[in-house]
Amino acid sequence: MEPRPRSFYVLAGFFTLFMLFLYGPTITIGILSFQGPGGGLTFPMQGTSLHWFRDLFEKQAVGDIWGSFRRSFMLGLMVMVTTVVVSVMGGLAFRKRFPGSSVLFYLIITSLVIPSILISLGVGLMFSQGGLDVHWATSGYGAQLTWTLPFGLLIMFAVFNRFDKSYEEAARDLGATPWQTLRHVVLPIIAPSLIGVALFGFTLSYDEFARTLLTSGSYNTLPLEIFGMTTNVTTPVLYALGTLTTAFSLVIIGVFLCIALWGARRKAKVGSDAGSGLV
Amino acid sequence: MENLLRNKALSGWLLATPLTLVLAFFLVLPIILIVVVSFWQATEFSIIPAFTWENYEFLFGSPVTYKVFLNTFKYAAITWAMTLLIGFTVAYFLAFHVRTQTWQIALFLLCTIPFWTSNIIRMISWIPFLGRNGIANSALLSWGVIDEPLEWLLFSDFAVVLAFVHLYTLFMVVPIFNTMMRIDRSLIEAARDAGANGAQILWNVIIPLTKPGMMIGTIFVVALVMGDFITVRFMSGSQSANVGRLISNDIALLNYPSAAATAVVLLLTVLLTIGILLRFVDIRKEL
Repeated sequence: MEPRPRSFYVLAGFFTLFMLFLYGPTITIGILSFQGPGGGLTFPMQGTSLHWFRDLFEKQAVGDIWGSFRRSFMLGLMVMVTTVVVSVMGGLAFRKRFPGSSVLFYLIITSLVIPSILISLGVGLMFSQGGLDVHWATSGYGAQLTWTLPFGLLIMFAVFNRFDKSYEEAARDLGATPWQTLRHVVLPIIAPSLIGVALFGFTLSYDEFARTLLTSGSYNTLPLEIFGMTTNVTTPVLYALGTLTTAFSLVIIGVFLCIALWGARRKAKVGSDAGSGLV
Repeated sequence: MENLLRNKALSGWLLATPLTLVLAFFLVLPIILIVVVSFWQATEFSIIPAFTWENYEFLFGSPVTYKVFLNTFKYAAITWAMTLLIGFTVAYFLAFHVRTQTWQIALFLLCTIPFWTSNIIRMISWIPFLGRNGIANSALLSWGVIDEPLEWLLFSDFAVVLAFVHLYTLFMVVPIFNTMMRIDRSLIEAARDAGANGAQILWNVIIPLTKPGMMIGTIFVVALVMGDFITVRFMSGSQSANVGRLISNDIALLNYPSAAATAVVLLLTVLLTIGILLRFVDIRKEL
């Protein structure tokens, strides 16, 4: 291997600084959430304790954190499942170049770039003018889909751009019906990417703030609850909650990555019978 | 089912139905409603469906509007330049200087993980850094760079842009990295054989071929910054305003028609900007 040029070390240094910039603040509040009972929002640490985490679990003076967590989790799962199913169907639809597909494509782009507060305002108005109550599981759910679906579809476009059509042709030549081709050839091949779509669906919903602001009704989701806390909570309990939520997100990401890794291993092991021979 | 799958247009439509329904109900209909309500009248307690231009007249007649729109563009422009510079450098390092694929994937993932965590928490996490008694101030004080704590670190335009860059650089890194990975390596080898040095390869080969990725990143960053209201509110301590905040203030006052009128103008501005950017890149081809 040729020796690394000097630019490598400069760029590696830049990358390290970028990582510090990206993760430094989060790590800092992680440390500060173990602040002693007398400590404040900044350094120095007044001893270390689990005081603020205990606070979070014990008294409910800081709002309905666990209720909002349950709602956010449920909503995340609902949005995740819908995003995966609708994105796969949408991705398959766009392969057929049906009339009107370009209009639909521009709608997807609009959905992606439209300021979130417009969705919040519009969906809120739609429900109030229609005489319906806004609720996280109806209006909030729909509003969040306008954010997760474009990402899901963009991933599906990327997947199908790289999809080798000869697999389908082979299936067809062997007499498979379109449904069989889809079920036994296409879906298994794109399955790993669906893990990515699911990850986007869940996390984008779980962290979404602006689009749920006016559409969640009287029961807050977790990000709304946290934002409410920023205006009236001035103790490290805020950091403790932040640390817990971030840890939860990291666990979710970890789970998805493990599933993806397991899928890739399994595919490598049982996906091909090449070399096993017939005799 | 079998016959349906064979008819391309029909099966295409059927497969696209759920997507169309969601977008019709939660994107198109709300936009239409916002446009309609922007022509309604508002009293202190309710909104009245009676046609009026007064929301737009008030909006365009107020000097605040122009100032706030200008401010929104300013945030977008500064954030765009910073994220592009940082994003390109990071992507360039990952794509051309990291040699094994395992490392590339690992470092790339490291860049993307924060995207899947909460933006609000990531904003909050700047408090211990930038606060009056925060890490930045104490470090600068102890080094003797400054004599008294800087007041403009937190709750200022500086903090707003910092948070934007922190939150959105990722949207540059990902598409730029994606395009760079698709560049045919033999082109670079050819350039080197033809006698180009590193800087020339970067300027004449890599940057031109990476433009689609930069465009996609630009679309994301510009749209996100222009449509934002929460970052500006939180990081400026309610001292600065952009259009999103104008809308959310009207909403807080329950003046929906006025909020709707501002929203319509903002939407047109964003769509126009993105429309222009889309002329330079075919998103579907580049994914």
